[in-house]
Amino acid sequence: MNDPRLAIIPGRFDKVRRIIAVSSGKGGVGKSMVAVALALALRDKNQIVGLLDLDFTSPSTHVILGVEGLIPQEDKGITPPIAHGLHYMSIVHYSIDEPVPLRGADSSNAIIELLAITRWESLDYLIIDMPPGIGDATLDMIRLIPRIEFLVVTTPSRLAYESVRKLLVLLRDQGIPTIGVLENMSMKHTDYIEEQTKVASTRYLGCIDFDETLEVSIGYPESLVKTNLYKQLAELCETI
Amino acid sequence: MHEWALAEGIIKTAEKFAEDHRIEEITEVKIMIGELQQIEHDIIEFALDQMRTPRMKKTKFVIDTVPARFKCRKCDHEWSLDTQKLDEETGEAIHFVPEMAHVYLKCPNCGSPDFEVTEGRGIWLASLKGRKLE
Repeated sequence: MNDPRLAIIPGRFDKVRRIIAVSSGKGGVGKSMVAVALALALRDKNQIVGLLDLDFTSPSTHVILGVEGLIPQEDKGITPPIAHGLHYMSIVHYSIDEPVPLRGADSSNAIIELLAITRWESLDYLIIDMPPGIGDATLDMIRLIPRIEFLVVTTPSRLAYESVRKLLVLLRDQGIPTIGVLENMSMKHTDYIEEQTKVASTRYLGCIDFDETLEVSIGYPESLVKTNLYKQLAELCETI
Repeated sequence: MHEWALAEGIIKTAEKFAEDHRIEEITEVKIMIGELQQIEHDIIEFALDQMRTPRMKKTKFVIDTVPARFKCRKCDHEWSLDTQKLDEETGEAIHFVPEMAHVYLKCPNCGSPDFEVTEGRGIWLASLKGRKLE
């Protein structure tokens, strides 16, 4: 008989209007920064926003937000705590920032468990910071989350885009909506990514310049909202 | 996993199975729970009772616990664990997300966190008895 956890997961998102997975085929392209800045930008447009960090082996949104020691509330499941106005869920609430060495099947089980126990309030947006690649987390999200949309992040590098292209093909073949591709950390403008997104019949969301001020804003959301990354994402919010 | 979330999953799964197989009245549902989940039977029994659907008015919920067993992938050592002896923080984390065992537990022989939970992880509906629609 079916795993009883799977029966309740779709209903956990009934009160969430839009679910956006910030994803990439490649690591190190700035997904977590984009996910947090996007969540904060939507919050600042008076939207009710949730942030779910699904990168179990390398969670980092709590570092960007500068939060620790948050404890979810128990109420017929668990309710995410609030961090800087975001309904915030991360494995670090349970791993206390220790290493989480999980193999594929265990990682998948942990994701299913977290999705099954977490009760999201009414949200306008749930932003999900995905682990890189097209492994367990991506496949589980496609399988389990109704109405999920992907916002795909790449750098201008051909190396990054080659992995991103494979993610785009997977999403297209599975009929999963893709909001578009965001080019991040650009140091010298080229047309390469924009042209490639045309080939992939995917929307090009724009180019975010490499931002030298970003590093010092880690841990300080009040500084992050003054960066160019935040400003450019705030503009992007109007078009997604 | 939280008892109330688990009860909700059990009720929905049993209800769907009954609907798919034209079962009018469910008389018994047998649930197997891995020890690693550290589910409190009193709470889940109460939660299941509160969530009864019309075809579960007289359902008997039978809950069995499967002891937790581990096998180290590095040195092949096998061991069991008394989850009652875990400290509060560890027990709480593993209760909500059992894979957190890999954060807090190590192989007692070689200290590796790379082990397999061979038994006693997960929840499944072992059997369902009922009366079919005539």
